[in-house]
Amino acid sequence: MIEAPAPKRRFRMTRRRMILGGTLAGGALVVGYTATHPMQVAGAILQGGGSDPEPSAFGPFIRVTPDGWTTIVNRQQELGQGIHAGMAAMIAEELDADWDRVRVIDAHSNLRAYGMQGSAGSNSIASNWDLMRTAGAAARAMFVAAAAMRWSVPRNLITVRDGVVSHPGSNRSATFAELLAEAARQTPPQQPSLKHPKDYRLIGTDRVRRKDSLPKSTGAQVYTQDVQLPDMLVAMVAHSPRFGGRLAKFDSSDARKVKGVVDVIAIETGVAVVAENTFAARQGRDALRTEWNDSAAETRSTPQLVSYYHDIAAGRTDVEPSEFHSKGEDAAAFGAGTIEFAFDFPYLAHAPMETMDCVAQVDGWDVKIISGSHLPTVDQVQAARVAATIPGRVDVQVIPAGGSFGRRGNLTADYLAECVRIAKRTNGRPVKLIWTREDEQSSGLFRPMAHHRIWVQLGPDGFPARWRHHVVAQSLLPVGPNAQAVEGIATSPYLAAARVVDGKVFSPSFPVPVAFFRSVGHSINGMVMEHAIDQLAKRAGRDPADYRRAMYRRAGAKRHLAVLDELCRKAGWGTPLAAGWARGLAVHEAFGTVVGQVAEVRMQDGRPIVRRVVAVVDCGIAVSPDQIAAQMEGAIGFGLSAALYGAMTLKDGVVQETNFDTYPVVRMNEMPAVETYILPSSNRPTGMGEPGVPPIAPAIANAVLALTGAPTRSLPMLPKGSANFGSGMSPGTTPGATTV
Amino acid sequence: MSYSLTVNGQVRHVDEDGQTPLLWVLRDTLKLPGTKYGCGIAQCGACTVHVDGQPMRSCSLALEAAAGSQIVTIEAVDGPQADAIRDAWVARDVPQCGFCQSGQIMSAVALLRSVPKPTDADIDIAMSGNICRCATYNRIRAAIHDAAGSAQS
Repeated sequence: MIEAPAPKRRFRMTRRRMILGGTLAGGALVVGYTATHPMQVAGAILQGGGSDPEPSAFGPFIRVTPDGWTTIVNRQQELGQGIHAGMAAMIAEELDADWDRVRVIDAHSNLRAYGMQGSAGSNSIASNWDLMRTAGAAARAMFVAAAAMRWSVPRNLITVRDGVVSHPGSNRSATFAELLAEAARQTPPQQPSLKHPKDYRLIGTDRVRRKDSLPKSTGAQVYTQDVQLPDMLVAMVAHSPRFGGRLAKFDSSDARKVKGVVDVIAIETGVAVVAENTFAARQGRDALRTEWNDSAAETRSTPQLVSYYHDIAAGRTDVEPSEFHSKGEDAAAFGAGTIEFAFDFPYLAHAPMETMDCVAQVDGWDVKIISGSHLPTVDQVQAARVAATIPGRVDVQVIPAGGSFGRRGNLTADYLAECVRIAKRTNGRPVKLIWTREDEQSSGLFRPMAHHRIWVQLGPDGFPARWRHHVVAQSLLPVGPNAQAVEGIATSPYLAAARVVDGKVFSPSFPVPVAFFRSVGHSINGMVMEHAIDQLAKRAGRDPADYRRAMYRRAGAKRHLAVLDELCRKAGWGTPLAAGWARGLAVHEAFGTVVGQVAEVRMQDGRPIVRRVVAVVDCGIAVSPDQIAAQMEGAIGFGLSAALYGAMTLKDGVVQETNFDTYPVVRMNEMPAVETYILPSSNRPTGMGEPGVPPIAPAIANAVLALTGAPTRSLPMLPKGSANFGSGMSPGTTPGATTV
Repeated sequence: MSYSLTVNGQVRHVDEDGQTPLLWVLRDTLKLPGTKYGCGIAQCGACTVHVDGQPMRSCSLALEAAAGSQIVTIEAVDGPQADAIRDAWVARDVPQCGFCQSGQIMSAVALLRSVPKPTDADIDIAMSGNICRCATYNRIRAAIHDAAGSAQS
C-alpha cells in the first residue's frame, strides 16, 4: 500500500514505550537505559524520523484493533528473506496472539521510534530477539491484568491462547478485541517474564509462514518500480562509463526532442533525463551526447588489476599491510616444506531482479522517499545530506525490495541520493528513478576482488602447525581495519590448532567502488579456508571429514563438530556413489551460524554438474524453520552462480558484463536438490540470510578435487573467455603457486 | 500513432510510439505493474505475459508487433491451471523477494496448459528462461508438480 504523505505526528518517549519497545537503543533491550545512552543523544541530533508511528497503547511495534487483528510493525526490511514473519512470530509467541490474525506492516524510517534501522550481518532475528519477545510479553501482561480486573480473579490463574484470554476456574474468556479498552489502560510490567522455549507454540514450528506469498503470487505486491503517484516523473541518468570519470560536456538537444521528455538536468553523478514515462526517459537518455573527463578515472583492465594484486601480495608495491592475526614467535620461519596456495576472486555484482530504483519528492525542507530500503537510517541521513535538510524532515517509506543481496544496503545510498538530487530540480513533482540492468551492472559497489596467498607448514601429525596468510582486497569502509576482507579467517578452528599464525591484509585504494555482498568477506574466505583444508587433508592422506573432525576437537569447536557429524550422517559421507560422482564437503561459520554442506558432483565436458546438496545448520533456536530452509536453498543457488559463473571484469576501466547474457546466473535446470537439516539448539538465535553462501563453492571445488585431482585456484570455475577470471579449474592463472 | 490490442479481455487503444516495448505500455500506459522489468533483453523472464496464449517476453516485443493480439498479464490470468499454480505457490511459500514471480507464474501456467503432467525435464525447458536470484527454483518445481496434480483432479 503506497500512502499519500501524512501529517507529521510527534513521537514522545514515554516509560510505556520504553518497556514495550519504543527504543533508542537500536535493538538492545530498553528497560533500564539511561539518558546518557549515545543513541539518545544521536536521536536528538538527528531529530528522529519523518512521520511518526500511529500511537498505540502497546508501543510502536504492536497494534491490536477491535476487528480482532494484531498488527506487527516490522522495523527490519523485507528483502525476500521472510524477516517479516520471523519478527511477527517473536512478538506473537509471547503475546499469544492468533497467528492467523496477525498482519505485518513495514515501519517507516524513524530513529526515535524504532532505533537504528537496517538489515545487516544476518542479525535481524538475533538483534530483535529480546526486544520483540519483551514487547509481546508486556502487551500480553496488559491483557491479563485487564481480564483479572474485570473478573476479579488473580492474574496467575489466567491463560492466554490464540488471542483469547481465559480464566478456566470460572469458565470465562474474552478476546483481545473485547478487552482492548481496558488492556490499553494497564501499566506494562517493567520486566515481563518470557516463556521457556519448551513452551513455544509458534516459534520453531512450521506454523511460522510468510504473510506475503499471496500478493507475491498475484502481481499485487507493490515494489518501488511499481509506484505511481499523481504528477510523477520518471528519470534515467547517463553515468560515466568509467569509475571516477567526471562529466566534461553534454548536448541535450536531441534528448529534448523525444516525445514525453520534460527536462534534462546535469547532476553530480551524470545527466538526468526526466520524462512523463519510462520509455521516454530511456529514449531521451539514449539520445544524449556526453563527454567524460577520465583524468581521475580508473582506466585499467582486469588482468592489470590481477597482476597489481599479485605484486601487492609479494611486497612489490607501496601498499603496506596491516596485521589481522598473529601468534607464535617464529613467524618469519617458513622454509623448506612450506606448502603454498594462491587464490584469485573477481568482482561480483549483486544483480537483484529489481534494478536499483527510488521514488523521491522534495518539497522545501521536506523529503519523502519510497524505496525498497535496506538501511533506512542510512538512506534517511544520505537523503537529508543531498537535500540539505535534516534527517527529521526526511520520511523513508520502506516497502519490500525485489532482492538486494547487499546492493540496496550500501553506505553511500548511491541510487537513492541520485534520485533526491533529481527531485530537488523538479519543482516539487515526485520523481521515480529507474536504473536499467546495464546501469546497475556498471555502477560498481561490487563484492571486492581479492587475492589470497597462504603458506602452510604441517606438523609431524599432518596438521597445520604454521599458517601465513596474506590477503589483498579493497576495504569496504573508508576508515578502520579492513575487517570484512579477513572475516572468518582469524576465527577459523584450523588456525586455533596452529602454533604459529601470521595474517596480514593489504588494502589498496582506487576508484572502483566496493560494497557489502551477501555473506561479505565470507563469500571468499569460506572458499579459501575450506578448499585449502581439503588439499591439506589430501596431502596428509586423510579423509576430509576425519581431518576436519580432528582439528575441531583440538580447537574445541563443538558446534562445527556437531554440524560435521550430522552432515556426514545425512549426506551418507563415505558411502558409495555411482561411477563418475563424488562428494565434496565444507563447513564454515559466518555471523554466528555454522553451516556444513555436502555437494554431489560429476564432471561433464569439463564442467561440474551439481545434483544434490545436503546442508546442516546450527543457528541457535530456530524461529522460522521453513524460512531457514528457504534461505539455505536461496544461498546455495546464489553461491552456485558465483562459483560457476560470477565475474565482473573491466576493459580499459569499462565494465564488460552489463546484463544476464554476459553475467550468467544459475537457472532452473542447474539448481541442485537441497536438503536442509537444522540442529536442535537452546542457544540464542543467530542469522540465516547469508551463512548458507560460503560453503557451496568449496564443497563443489572439493568434490572436483576428489574427482579430478585438480585444485581450484580462482573463481568462477567456468571459462567465460574474458580477462583472467573464468578458468578457475585450469592451472596457471596464478604464477608461482605451488599446489598440493 | 494509435494501436489496438486486447489486454486482459478488454480492447485498449494506445497512442504511443510503435517501438515502445509492450512491457512499458502495460506498466506505464495501462497501469498494470504486475509485469516487471528485469533486464530489457529477454534474458530474465520477469516481463513474461501471454500473447495469443503463448508466453512471451514483453520487454522485447514492440507495441506495433503486439497490436491486434490478445494479451494476458499476471493481473488477469485465470482458469484451472492458473488457480492451481497460484494455490501451489502460496501453499509452498515459493516467493522470497517475489519480483520474478509474476513471470515465473505466467511461464508455469503456459506450461501446464500445454503439458498437463510435466516431467522435470519439461519444467527445465519451460522454466529456464525465468531467472530467480533468490533461487526459489526447487519450490517452483515442486509447486508445478503439485499444481499438475490438483489441476487434473
